Order: sequence, then C-alpha cells, then structure tokens
Amino acid sequence: MKKLLVTHNLSKTYVQTQGFFSRVKTNIHALDGVSFSINQGTTMAVVGESGSGKSTLAKSLVRLVKLDKGSVKFNGIDLLNLKGEGLKIARRDIQMIFQDPYASLNPRLSILQIMEEPLLIHNFQDADARRKKIEDFIGRVGLEVSDLKKYPHQFSGGQRQRIGIARALILEPKLVICDEPVSALDVSVQAQILKLLKDLQREFGLTYLFITHDLRIVRHVADDVMVMRHGKLVEEGKTDIIFKKPKNEYTKDLIQSIPGLISKRN
Amino acid sequence: MKKDILKINNLSITTKVNTKFFLVDDISFSVKEGKTTCIVGESGSGKSLTALSVIRLLSPQLKMTGEILFNDDDICKMSDLEIRKKRGLDIAMIFQEPMTSLNPVLTIGYQIKEAIAVHSDLSSRKIDKKVEELLLLVGIPVERVNSYPDELSGGQRQRVMIAMAMSCNPKLLIADEPTTALDVTVQAQILKLLDGLKKKLKMSMLFITHDFGVVEDIADDVIVMFKGRIVERGRVSQVLSKPKHPYTKALLGCVPDAMGKKQLTPIDYEKLDRAMQRL
Repeated sequence: MKKLLVTHNLSKTYVQTQGFFSRVKTNIHALDGVSFSINQGTTMAVVGESGSGKSTLAKSLVRLVKLDKGSVKFNGIDLLNLKGEGLKIARRDIQMIFQDPYASLNPRLSILQIMEEPLLIHNFQDADARRKKIEDFIGRVGLEVSDLKKYPHQFSGGQRQRIGIARALILEPKLVICDEPVSALDVSVQAQILKLLKDLQREFGLTYLFITHDLRIVRHVADDVMVMRHGKLVEEGKTDIIFKKPKNEYTKDLIQSIPGLISKRN
Repeated sequence: MKKDILKINNLSITTKVNTKFFLVDDISFSVKEGKTTCIVGESGSGKSLTALSVIRLLSPQLKMTGEILFNDDDICKMSDLEIRKKRGLDIAMIFQEPMTSLNPVLTIGYQIKEAIAVHSDLSSRKIDKKVEELLLLVGIPVERVNSYPDELSGGQRQRVMIAMAMSCNPKLLIADEPTTALDVTVQAQILKLLDGLKKKLKMSMLFITHDFGVVEDIADDVIVMFKGRIVERGRVSQVLSKPKHPYTKALLGCVPDAMGKKQLTPIDYEKLDRAMQRL
C-alpha cells in the first residue's frame, strides 16, 4: 500500500515564561521526536489526553505551527520547505475538520459564502461551475440546496459539523485531518457524523488523520492507532492489536479507563 | 425495601410565557437511599432542568408544577430561606465545568471553608482542620490548600468541587455531567471517587449523563429521557441489555462499544416516530 504521509522526528518546544519580567522559562515539549506514516485510503487515529501534543501535531501538518525539527513527506513532496504557490497547492490536498462546529464557521457569512471561499482561494474562476460544485457537496453531506442561503446560527451542532465537512471536502483533498470532530456532539448525532465520514472515505478514497480522546470511537473508525503522551509517541500499531495486547503501561491505562469497562473490572 | 430519599411526582416545567409548551412533561421517579439513579438523554431532553428543579435553581423565567419530596418534605412549598438551608447541607450539587464553577480569585481552601461556614458555627481552627480532612478525602495534597483554581488541573478542580459538595455530609448529591469535560483516565478516577464516597458516606446520588458507558459504571437505576418525558426506567442491567422502548433501543445503537464489534446505526427518526405511535 502506498504511504501518503511520512513524518520523521517531529519536534516542537514551546517556551513558557513565568515570574517578574518573564525571567523563569520552562520548556514544554509539545512534540518530541514523533515519527509515523499513514497509508493512503486508511484512517489513523491519534489518542492521548489533553496536553499530549495531538493538536500541535495536526496543526504542524497544515503548517499552522512551525516545527523546530523534523521532516514531513506528503505524497512524495517535502511539505515543510514549501513556499508560495507550491505550499498553496499542497494545502489544497490537506484539509481540516475542527472540533467545535460553533466556533469554526464565520457567523457573518452564509453557507454559500463559507463553501465558496476555499474555491475562490484556489482559483476556481467559473461561477457556474463553482455553484454546481457547492450544490453537489451540500447534498452529499445531507443538507439541502435551499440551506445555502442560511447562516450558521440557523443550524444545529450536527448540521454545522456537516457544513464543516462539506467545506473541507469541496477541494477534493487527499488527506483530511479531523480534530475531535464528534466530541462536541450528542451520541445520536455522533453516530450520524461517523457514518457520513466513513461513507465519504469510501466514495473519495480519503485518508484520515483522526484525533480523538474517545477510545470507543477509535475502535470503530481507525485502521491504525498511535498513542501519544507528553509529546511522545508511546505506542503505535493496528487498532485490533493495540486493543487486544497493549504493550505500553499508559495504553493499558487508557483502555482500562474506557467507561463501561470499569464496572466489569471490579 | 429501601426508603426513597427523593420522590418526584408529576413534575412539569414550562416557560412562563408559554405554559402550553412543556420542557419537562409530567415525570415521576424516585431515588432510593444509598443508591445512584442516572438520568440519561440527549441535549434538550430536560435532564438538567430536572436536576436543577430539585434544588430550586431553575431560571425565574421557568415555571414548575408538581411535587418534589425530599425526605417527605415538599421542596416546591418551601420558603426561600428554608431551601437555602437545605442546599449544600442536605442536598449538594456538582456541575459539568469545574473551570467555571470555582471563583478564580479565591484560593481553593477559602472556597471549601466558605462552604462549611455557611452551614455551621464551628471555630475557624476547626474548619481549617475539616478542610484538610476533605482534601484528603478527595485525594488532593493538603499543601495545595492555598492554590488558586488556575493552578490546578481539570480533574483536581472537579475534586475541589466534590470536596465542597461533601463538606456537610449531604444525604443527596446531584451530579450534572461531572466528568464530561475531563480526560478518560481522569474520568475513570472521578467516577471511582464518587462511587467510593457514596458508599463511605451512605449518600444517594442523582447522576446526569449522556454517556451510556458512564451509566454502566455508576448507576443502580436508570431513567431515559426524551423530549421532556421519561421513556424508560429500570435497573441498569435491564435497561442496557434488554431495553424495551424504541428510543432507548435506537440510542443504544448509536453508542460505540469498546469491543468495536457493533455496527453503529444512526437513529432513523421516521422509523422511531412510527414505533412510538404504535405504543
């Protein structure tokens, strides 16, 4: 199977300052030598508690965070040294779906404008073709063409997340980074969105990097899983194997903490 | 047969503007002494309103009718002063967001002390002693007594909230999604702590959650709410393994399991409507 993304030794240190005139400096290793690869068309889950570096990892892959060290090869291209037009083209292939559907849509733009923006940025000149594409994608995520003239506040959380997904997919990316896409949603809506993501993956051959803290979801969506703690990759492998035979103590701890398993343990 | 510590009869909640629109629609249930009753439901099902009405903390824009019997006293008929004496002393509550429920400019020691002082006339030194005991009880190092909330992690803040709730040995603890904002490992610790405290202090719990996994861990009895009504109730094992109501069945179909064997099925609302009409 072809590797879509290969990373090597990703590192990022944030400096935290404290005290009078910020004289006390502490280094926080958000990412500490993280290397992994994702096969095309599969889902890689990233799990870990808050502060483990999951989100820094995601942001670094779309170049929203500048890494201190490391290399990222995406589809054979060196992602971290791209500039200008080359970076723009690469960014089109890597899109992101965010956690909070209430904060990730501009409240002053209609859904049409929200979905048109990425197309305009990436030079889709023909207005009719744009419109056709938008109508096509809004339908794919289960909304109506008549919804396009509405504004984000007129939608529920689940519907907004659908809009976020449509916006991410309209450029037909190869890699989609999902940063806790369902953790703000009710369990019934969560099931709908997970199913939608799965269907879209099959249809477009998408590759997902799926960040979550819920191991039950990992079990359902991911082919592979990587467990992070304090910026380090502590364990990585096929989902089934990690769940059945976790090697790392922390991974064992995480699996033991899955709600619904505690009572059985006692 | 255990005694009911809390008994709710025909509780309805509407807005004052429109008394025809029921947010909570004629529900009755009880919490047994020393047991945990979980209310499960999605957002908007009325579970939090039900919890808030038990300590009369509903927004003044809402109107409630019915009977809420706590140890056979009707909470709805109490004066403001009487209910204030009950809050914290007999009935305590913990909330979802430990970040927003603590005062950021006061030390945690001061805040726990305040919770004790409201309901007792102990000397300051004795209260300090009690604060130390409480911190020990919830597993926070005693040195942290002079820390401010922003110096603590989310899990520690929730422990402080629990310490405050435990300060007067309440008979009933209402917990409104206390672990939703926490990491799984921390969630497991807090659930264990609450369950341990419940047994140690012989307390009853009314526990609100949307997570069936949490229900399985902590509940004795379960109530499932949907659109302001109770659609199913029973022992935890029975509701989770043999649900009767179509909504419970559909909702359980959405819950991912740790084994990963189950196929997730989103709720088909038309089918659910038809099934509910047949009832």
